[in-house]
Amino acid sequence: MIEIKTLISHEMESGQRRDSAGKPIPRKIINSFTASFNGKTVFQADWHPAISANPYQSFFYKVKESGEFKFVWKDDDGSEYSSTNKIAVA
Amino acid sequence: GPLGRVAAQQRLTEADITRFDPLGTVTLVHVTDIHAQLVPLYFREPSVNLGVGDAKGVPPHLTDQEFRAHFKVAAGSADAHALTSDDFASLARNYGRMGGMDRVARLIKTIRAERGADKVLLLDGGDTWQGSWTALKTRGQDMVGVMEALGVDAMTSHWEFTYGETRVKEIAETSKIAFLAQNIRDGEWQEPVFEPRKMFEKGGAKIAVIGQAFPRTPIANPRWMIPKWEFGLREDDLQKQVEEARADSADLIVLLSHNGFDVDRKLASRVKGIDIILTAHTHDAMPGVVKVGETILVATGSHGKFVSRLDIEVKDRRMTGFRYKLMPVFSDAITPDAEMAAAIEAIRKPYAAELAREVGRTDSLLFRRGNFNGTFDDLIAQSMLAERDAEIALSPGFRWGGTLLPGDPITFEAISNATAMTYPACYRMEMTGQQLKDILEDVADNIFHPDPYFQGGGDMVRVGGAGYAIDVGKPAGQRISDMTLLKTGKPLEPAKAYVVAGWASVNEATQGPPVWEIVEKYVSRVRNVCLEPNRAVKVTGA
Amino acid sequence: AFAAAALAPRLAIADPKAVEDELKKLYAGKPMAEGRVKLDVPQIAENGLVVPVTVEVESPMTETDYVKAVHVFADGNPQPGVFTFRFSPECGRAAASTRMRLAQTQNIVCVAEMSDGSLFTTKAEVKVTIGGCGG
Ligand SMILES: [Mn+2]
Ligand SMILES: [Mn+2]
Repeated sequence: MIEIKTLISHEMESGQRRDSAGKPIPRKIINSFTASFNGKTVFQADWHPAISANPYQSFFYKVKESGEFKFVWKDDDGSEYSSTNKIAVA
Repeated sequence: GPLGRVAAQQRLTEADITRFDPLGTVTLVHVTDIHAQLVPLYFREPSVNLGVGDAKGVPPHLTDQEFRAHFKVAAGSADAHALTSDDFASLARNYGRMGGMDRVARLIKTIRAERGADKVLLLDGGDTWQGSWTALKTRGQDMVGVMEALGVDAMTSHWEFTYGETRVKEIAETSKIAFLAQNIRDGEWQEPVFEPRKMFEKGGAKIAVIGQAFPRTPIANPRWMIPKWEFGLREDDLQKQVEEARADSADLIVLLSHNGFDVDRKLASRVKGIDIILTAHTHDAMPGVVKVGETILVATGSHGKFVSRLDIEVKDRRMTGFRYKLMPVFSDAITPDAEMAAAIEAIRKPYAAELAREVGRTDSLLFRRGNFNGTFDDLIAQSMLAERDAEIALSPGFRWGGTLLPGDPITFEAISNATAMTYPACYRMEMTGQQLKDILEDVADNIFHPDPYFQGGGDMVRVGGAGYAIDVGKPAGQRISDMTLLKTGKPLEPAKAYVVAGWASVNEATQGPPVWEIVEKYVSRVRNVCLEPNRAVKVTGA
Repeated sequence: AFAAAALAPRLAIADPKAVEDELKKLYAGKPMAEGRVKLDVPQIAENGLVVPVTVEVESPMTETDYVKAVHVFADGNPQPGVFTFRFSPECGRAAASTRMRLAQTQNIVCVAEMSDGSLFTTKAEVKVTIGGCGG
């Protein structure tokens, strides 16, 4: 079993703040994180505006075979950020 | 009583202070909360030190007569002067100043010589690098040098962090003194930032020293100075440290803690296997240990006033006996260590003229320590009200800063001893009556919460220009009432904005002149300071 | 030594009902048991903007018996939802961590849904404070 720790740089604008002119700053957050291994989703998180800036996510995975992790972060604006990491079982 | 009167004339000699019937093979020597006081000073212990919840009315929450009765200290005696507050000025004139790192050095050398240096472990509980002008100007370097020269084996910390991450790391990585803190993590990946513990061999015993930095540092002090680090109590991790140390064949487990006394008392009942907790932060000084189960707690006071000696007998890999003495550092009785005295003089030389600058005089005893406003706090508050043209002043309830006797000059050094720190800006802003009450409630809950794990270990924020009533026994949000603007005698209105001056804000980029400038300006203008004890705070529920 | 210039309204009222409403939407009032869920949050937040939170649920995490989801709510935030974690048997261990923002002292409520549909819950209070002074 391994613990996987992820971090992405993002301001996670909550939609609750106001700018210096008093106007509400629109919400713009990453609303979901998905981790898949060799194409199969193994862990997923829905994030609400209460998640801190530069969101951190850790979870566990029981490694049985070599393969590739893919992490996908989905932004409110529709964009997606992804990263892949290979894991080799000796 | 009559005993007190006889004892009053009885000064201690150096031999009285160091006299100790040795026990076992290990000696722990503890100093803590020196707050960078290199030279002897007066420091008045609190007259009000309320305990709440289980700590109500038990040590260290005893003052004056109750304290003396509990610890069998004669009124008027040297120990009474060192440990209690009443009759402070006259006893101070008889017994002189306390502390001075050259005197501390002498005591430690004596202990090492008598005992054998291979049996003595010297531990520093932290709050060492902050509290004086020379420490501020050298960013703690003066104290690092002094503590290294003393031969400190390990330290933990709190105010040290107010020099920022880079500076603390730099010293921790280069100093001969092990900088121990099991409860600090890098916020990004939760990696430990400092060595959690270190094993020492003394007198044939293996002693594991675990460091515990002040768990609430990022709340009580500016988080922006240590943005990458997370603190906290971390009891589970501490328990693991204890177990790992035992597995690593430690005979004795010592927690070098900066939790504060009441927090450590609770912790001792929950974390198993600690033999000794050397407490700090709350500045309590007790001439005896407190036992919680199998764990003994030591409280060594502050400002270099005391050195604790704890002899320990170790048999079959466990503590089988101990003997303790809280040694008062009476500066007139103890011969200064010549080397240390020379080092201190060299440290102070570049600043000597500034430090000696006489700004004014005081007709009153000026002190800070106690749960509520002391006269030194009132002086700082008065200065802010006058020099920043404010209606209300807020001054933090720090437990550091020296005492001045009636008739003493107010030097720049005396002012800096009560104010020298890295976020001194004296701000001026508007706050509503409601905001002021909320601040007082929030701070009060950090002092009088019945669960010590929610206590921050300081004193109540000092208020100038306004009075209030506090019922310390009430729950959060219900303790403060009757907030009154003193100049009008009218209640503070929740919705009305008041001009407030204060210092030591934990916010980044707080604007304003350093508070020592404000105090110096005020004192040099009034010249003679005369302050009655503060009667604007009404305390109930104790 | 408090953050005088950054005072949030401190006595804002937490709203447990908002959390109940969210749970009703998810599980329509289905009963929940105490136990099996461990919520690890600090008693006192060092920084209300970054409060570490770890959830762990007792479960064998097999194909037939695993933790499907864990929801966390904060009853004193402007919106109660904080996150939902969705586990799979491949996780091996139903434990995960993130960091959250808390506007004030409040309760954190955690609900775990098992693969058989049963629900478990726990809660913890986190104190958000301006700090007070120091020794
Ligand atoms: Mn401290
Ligand atoms: Mn201190």
